[in-house]
Amino acid sequence: MSAATPPENASQGRPYAVVGARHGKPDALDAMAGLAKYTDDIALPRMLHAKILRSPYAHARIRSIDTSLAEAMEGVHAVVVGAEMPTRYGVIPWTPDEQALAADKVRYVGDAVAAVAAVSEDVAIAACKRIVVDYELLTPLTTPEAALAHPENKIHEANKHGNVTKQVQLAFGDVDAQLARADLVIEGHYQFHGSTHGALEPHCAVAHVDGRGLLTVWSATQVPHYLHRELAKVLEIPTHKIRVIQPPVGGGFGGKSEPFDLEFVAAKLAIKTGRPVKCLYTREEVFLAHRGRHPFDMHYRTGFSADGRILGVDAKSILDGGAYSSFGLVTTYYSGQLLGSPYVFDSYRFDSTRVYTNKPACGPKRGHGSVQPRFAIEVQLDKAARALKIDPIALRRRNFIGENTTTINEFHIGSSGFLECLDLVEAASGWKERHGKLPRGRGLGVAGSTYISGTNYCIYPTDLPQSGVQICLDRSGRVRVFAGTSDIGQGSSTMIAVVAAEELGVHLEDVRVVAADSDLCPVDLGAYSSRITLMAGNACLNAARDLAGKVRQAVAQKWGCHKRDVILADRRAQRLDDPQVWMDITEAFVLAEIEFGTLGSTGSYQTPREDVHGEYRGGTIGASPAYSFTAHIAEVSVDEETGDVKVENIWCAHDCGRALSPVLVEGQIEGSVYMGFGETLMEHHHVMPSGLRTDGARRDSGPGKEGLLAHSSLLDYQMPTSLDTPNLFAGIVEKPDPRGPFGAKEAGEGPLHSVIPAICNAIFDACGVRVDALPVTPAKILAGLRAQRVGGA
Amino acid sequence: MTVADSTPPAPVLVNLQLNGEPTSVAVPPHWTLLELLRYGLGLTGTKQGCDKGDCGTCTVRIDGEPQLACLTLAVEVRDRHVETVEGLGVGGEPHPLQEAFARVGAAQCGFCTPGMLMSASAYVDALSLQDDPVVRREDIAAALGGNLCRCTGYTKILQAVEEVAQLVLDRQRDLAEPAAEQP
Repeated sequence: MSAATPPENASQGRPYAVVGARHGKPDALDAMAGLAKYTDDIALPRMLHAKILRSPYAHARIRSIDTSLAEAMEGVHAVVVGAEMPTRYGVIPWTPDEQALAADKVRYVGDAVAAVAAVSEDVAIAACKRIVVDYELLTPLTTPEAALAHPENKIHEANKHGNVTKQVQLAFGDVDAQLARADLVIEGHYQFHGSTHGALEPHCAVAHVDGRGLLTVWSATQVPHYLHRELAKVLEIPTHKIRVIQPPVGGGFGGKSEPFDLEFVAAKLAIKTGRPVKCLYTREEVFLAHRGRHPFDMHYRTGFSADGRILGVDAKSILDGGAYSSFGLVTTYYSGQLLGSPYVFDSYRFDSTRVYTNKPACGPKRGHGSVQPRFAIEVQLDKAARALKIDPIALRRRNFIGENTTTINEFHIGSSGFLECLDLVEAASGWKERHGKLPRGRGLGVAGSTYISGTNYCIYPTDLPQSGVQICLDRSGRVRVFAGTSDIGQGSSTMIAVVAAEELGVHLEDVRVVAADSDLCPVDLGAYSSRITLMAGNACLNAARDLAGKVRQAVAQKWGCHKRDVILADRRAQRLDDPQVWMDITEAFVLAEIEFGTLGSTGSYQTPREDVHGEYRGGTIGASPAYSFTAHIAEVSVDEETGDVKVENIWCAHDCGRALSPVLVEGQIEGSVYMGFGETLMEHHHVMPSGLRTDGARRDSGPGKEGLLAHSSLLDYQMPTSLDTPNLFAGIVEKPDPRGPFGAKEAGEGPLHSVIPAICNAIFDACGVRVDALPVTPAKILAGLRAQRVGGA
Repeated sequence: MTVADSTPPAPVLVNLQLNGEPTSVAVPPHWTLLELLRYGLGLTGTKQGCDKGDCGTCTVRIDGEPQLACLTLAVEVRDRHVETVEGLGVGGEPHPLQEAFARVGAAQCGFCTPGMLMSASAYVDALSLQDDPVVRREDIAAALGGNLCRCTGYTKILQAVEEVAQLVLDRQRDLAEPAAEQP
């Protein structure tokens, strides 16, 4: 490091000791050895097993439920029905339209109706079959078109506007004038199919009431805090009588980011029986629980100047919401609010309508609500680049929004490495040498995107911190961090350990992180919106700096120097100006404990008061402390005989501000790209509009058979295996943002967005076929090629 | 109302070698090996992701071969050798694959990892028995083709297995070379 370079760790005046090193996760060997205890690995003495009876009908009124035969069975300890938990809830407090178990009406095939606790799953399953439900069948509405056409057939009677769950209409600038003066207007109709998370660990909950009446719920959730609140509400128990613990979670991706029926069921049955109760979803139930990516139907008009500048965007979208609101209010805003950046729009407007349908509810999947519009706009840009004969990368550079600026919908952009991302993928893919020069059947496509690092405004209105962290130092030289954060595999506990170790001068393995236990840890809002690194990272940094200050002061007193001349690094306290003067970090901690008493501190993250957001209804949704940036280039080959598309390579560059753990950031990039690739070409969360099965056979043409899931297994759903997955290149770009801990921004969701349009743009480059309705299938490619021939192209 | 349909069938005795230990266990005849491991023996390292043979998270090795515990009846492993992730490390030391997975970040949520490790260890062991072994990415991808991972995009998993396979072959060659010089 040259003398002129400012120190990386500014608070200690030294280079980074832990941040940016190529470490793995300190607790990784637990998973390797099968020692990590996931929720279903918990077995408590006298534990009962619960199963949930689900509706076979997509839309029906419940006339009556008779549980007497089930209750009479040997081995059955309790049965619960919806009337026992009538309180409506919802993760978004403005749209509480769910019940733990349906009391009066079922709204999709799979809606939960009753549950049984028994000595074994086998007995519970047998007992569910003995529950008699008298249904009055209603006409199911399995498409948004049908649901909009029949407002009188309300899926939720209490809903104000037919089957519309939310409509957002926002306009910025004079779109009509800009489109009128545009040299080129690209008009496109895009369809985004649904997809689901596919975490390998099925949802699971265990509940137990102890002798003091404290209800403990262990759950495979990514939002233990929201679960805690909703449990209290639905069970009508104060929060201080409930403890929520999130064990290691086997993947989330948004699929575990709100309360589910099984958590209420396990808790209620534990209360009723006085015994521990476990409820574990089957894989089919995971598909039914869903909350995955909304199908979008999108009409876009985009105006460009002759030199490729975006003048105006007019977007109209219909979101197929499924049976419940879930996060849908927010999804509807995200369908337009994050559309602008990384580009400058002179004007834009969007009109998005989310509709109830009799299908599993959609919700947030990695890149919540902004992946679908990103697909549309990035293909629009590609079409414009072709029409204007501008290189697609050059067109994106030309429209770059810049740094330290404000979007037209009033969000503050801090750091942005978007241009560097484009440079990196351009160089890595050999774009300049190869684009436009590949043989027919082979092509390259590019796309870019942006994403939030948490949201400035919490799901429920509050002035409380979004994240809290507590740190204790002990006499053995170890650091204990208590954080509410949810590690769902993304590595949030590692992130916490990195921040603490960096500031307190210990090694990663010296930090023990205790996370996501409502009895032990301060509140963090959960693993969603890519918020943890920025928010919990800052909270941890605040707490760690406070303690590091005490340790340095105690050591400085002993050495007779100023506190700023003491640095903590590599398990030592050391003189900044004389590396020969040092002591073991344990000794330093002991000195500090003698001086200050037991060593502990707290830190929190709260949305800064100077936060910038739009002064309009919905103007807080999409407002984030910092934005990440991404660029993708995909290379595909298309077999024009079979219509088969093979993705050969995907290059992704992502600006995460500062890579606290580069290995983990690469993992997030690779995993995001993989997931986006899968939903472009293979995956489809699909509900049959009629009784047709995937094999085309008619299951039962009688009424009430609509709305069946087309895939109840992972085999049918087809997530990519190691043999399907293309070569993935993960490039890290670091543009530190002053609002992130050490400059860090998000890495977990942004890198998914633009892979989808990059692949579609590459397909066009390869064979001249536009697939604007996802997923890409051989049939669509062949139809496109046929159209080319007919058109004489 | 009879209760006959919920009465569990009488357990049967199964003797097997489990992670090198002779094990005798009474097991309901309809139980899968996965149920036996997880619920009967408390070996929860082997995971259940789908319970129908699609995801590979329950992969164990039976007589050395990677097999799906959810599609194997417990009574089928009578007198056979079953290895689970709990038996992969030796003497408290992690297996080289476990060390490599941890180091390169091949596990994110870790749920597929035990099954992935069992398939990977079978690949590495089989490779070292070949006459002229070569480490190829496509062979590794094929060996792990039955194990879904939703977090990593497989990149770092393939990297970890490749490193270990190469290391094992290099070590084998180092051991073989001085021997070849013997008359």
